[in-house]
Amino acid sequence: MNAVSASNVSKIYMQGDVKVTALNKVSLEVAPGEFVALAGPSGSGKTTLLNLIGGLDEPDGGKISVNGKDFANMSSGDLAELRLSQIGFVFQSYNLIPVFTAEENVEYILQLQGEGKAERKKKARAMLDDVGLEGKYDRKPAQLSGGQQQRVAVARALVSNPTLILADEPTANLDSVTGESLLRTMREMNQKHGVTFIFSTHDSMVMNAAKRLVSMKDGAIVDDKVK
Amino acid sequence: MGDLKLAWRNIWRHTRRSILTMMAIGFASLLLVFMLSFQFGSYEGMIDASVRLSTGHLQVQAQGYHDKPEMRKVVKNPRKVMDALSRTPGVEACTARCQTFVLASSEDRTRGVMIMGVDPETESRVLKTSSLIRQGEYLSSDDPNTVIIGALLAERLKIGLGEELTILGQARDGSIAATVMTVRGIFKSGIDEVDRSTVQMLLTDFDQLFGMDGAVHAVVAVVHKLTEVGEIKNTVMQDDALKGLAVLDWMELSPGLKQSIQMDLVSGIIMYVILIIVVAFSIMNTFLMAVFERTREFGVMMAIGVKPLRLVKIILMESMFMTGLGLLFGMILGALLTQYFAGAGISMGGAADLMAQYGISGRMYPRLSLITLFSGPILIGVVTFFTALLPALRIPRLKPANAMKAV
Ligand SMILES: Nc1ncnc2c1ncn2[C@@H]1O[C@H](COP(=O)(O)OP(=O)(O)OP(=O)(O)O)[C@@H](O)[C@H]1O
Ligand SMILES: [Mg+2]
Repeated sequence: MNAVSASNVSKIYMQGDVKVTALNKVSLEVAPGEFVALAGPSGSGKTTLLNLIGGLDEPDGGKISVNGKDFANMSSGDLAELRLSQIGFVFQSYNLIPVFTAEENVEYILQLQGEGKAERKKKARAMLDDVGLEGKYDRKPAQLSGGQQQRVAVARALVSNPTLILADEPTANLDSVTGESLLRTMREMNQKHGVTFIFSTHDSMVMNAAKRLVSMKDGAIVDDKVK
Repeated sequence: MGDLKLAWRNIWRHTRRSILTMMAIGFASLLLVFMLSFQFGSYEGMIDASVRLSTGHLQVQAQGYHDKPEMRKVVKNPRKVMDALSRTPGVEACTARCQTFVLASSEDRTRGVMIMGVDPETESRVLKTSSLIRQGEYLSSDDPNTVIIGALLAERLKIGLGEELTILGQARDGSIAATVMTVRGIFKSGIDEVDRSTVQMLLTDFDQLFGMDGAVHAVVAVVHKLTEVGEIKNTVMQDDALKGLAVLDWMELSPGLKQSIQMDLVSGIIMYVILIIVVAFSIMNTFLMAVFERTREFGVMMAIGVKPLRLVKIILMESMFMTGLGLLFGMILGALLTQYFAGAGISMGGAADLMAQYGISGRMYPRLSLITLFSGPILIGVVTFFTALLPALRIPRLKPANAMKAV
């Protein structure tokens, strides 16, 4: 069973009276444990595709399933539940709940999953340690650098033991050194926990680090290389 | 727990805005607590004044007398009724009265007047007529064959102290009753209707003149606490001594007073509703802002697996925290303010002197009760809940993907 299966997925936006085809019958299969980069020029549909795979939006055509679960006929509540248990998200920026500390941001997910307090704390700290944030548990997002914030987001995405992490340009706001180190962390998690990663990027360094590179243009996949 | 913490901290993200919102809610509830207490307090003052000037809180009369007063509809044994009233807990004092319409003439004028027979000893414990005397003196049992008359009536009859008033009426048995009385005092109640047409005499004189044979038309009672009138009325009605008699409370005795209170209450309520709506609109803005400016954040939260309804709950918790704090402060301050003035009273300014002349206290005393303390704040709480619900209900309609595109 594939981690992600998208077949003939289309998404059309209306910009005023103009129809914009953001995705045009895109099909993509991702196996468990893959480390996939989505590349392509601005406006090619990367974000749209990631959002659809994560159930953050509805396609106008085609079928999407994650771990064999078809999204058709799932309510927004069901989709939230599915994300909570199986999918982690990392966005370009402003990922975190600003009033929570790093630890609370990570812990909150476990709380949503109904985990006990002691266990939550232990897991959250271990995960923050894992992404290189020892001792920064009590910092609010505003007191963390961009790279540190992204690490918290990665820790939060990972802590719930998801099978799939979707990251939309996670390194776009980071300098190359910080970006590289975040990417290394992601790769480690991919290898250590066997979590499937799909991330979009403009950055050639990130593309090079990917094990599979899917290139998009004008809402379609134009190239798909496994390295 | 995490949601509570989240909601609580979210309030303090915009400390000033949240505090202003809480102050608006708090001030509105303070105002409502105080104004309602004041209103209810002033009703008690009005009722008390009116009751003690004329009707008393309760009257025992013959059946049908109130609707159609007739000389022959009497309470035959007032002593028994007064004993029954006196032993009823909560009754402060009672007195017996007779009354009828007669022609009253001075040297050169004649008027139709209402003449009342009262017992000065018991009457003065119940009503304040004695304090209304402007000239001369109040009735005294040592000085029979005298009357006190209303000031306006005295003017019309062109009669003064020590002068003679001729009275002509019909006795209880239908025969003619006529006598001459000396004016002992002139009173002014401030109620023109009363001052224009009332004459009071000793109950014993009345009894003789009209052949009452010890019977009276009403036994008038005042009670210690206005709120207990209904209860006392019920107790009294059970008493064997009152068998076959009617017991009327102040609302039945002066329906106009009850009506004017109801009208005042309605206009008060309309004002409070307007106040609450104004407050609701002003805090609606805060609640709307709190939702709009965080659209992106909600998108992120839904993306990490928070269900839309849970977000609604968090938002409602935020607004309920703010409302709760505001209400709490408003109620505490409102109660303190009310209690302070309940002790000190509020002077009614220029009107105070005028009122004092007629034996009405010139100060108003707000009265805090469960109703005045809770009804306003509860109403505000309900309204703010719905005010907060409206913007919060937008959340489930957000698509996370679109929400995250918001800035
Ligand atoms: N909410 C929207 N309303 C209208 N058009 C949209 C919306 N979201 C995306 N689009 C359009 O859909 C197309 C694909 O957008 P998308 O954001 O998926 O591109 P992208 O590959 O992520 O670009 P970037 O690299 O700049 O992030 C673009 O033409 C964009 O203008
Ligand atoms: Mg994008």
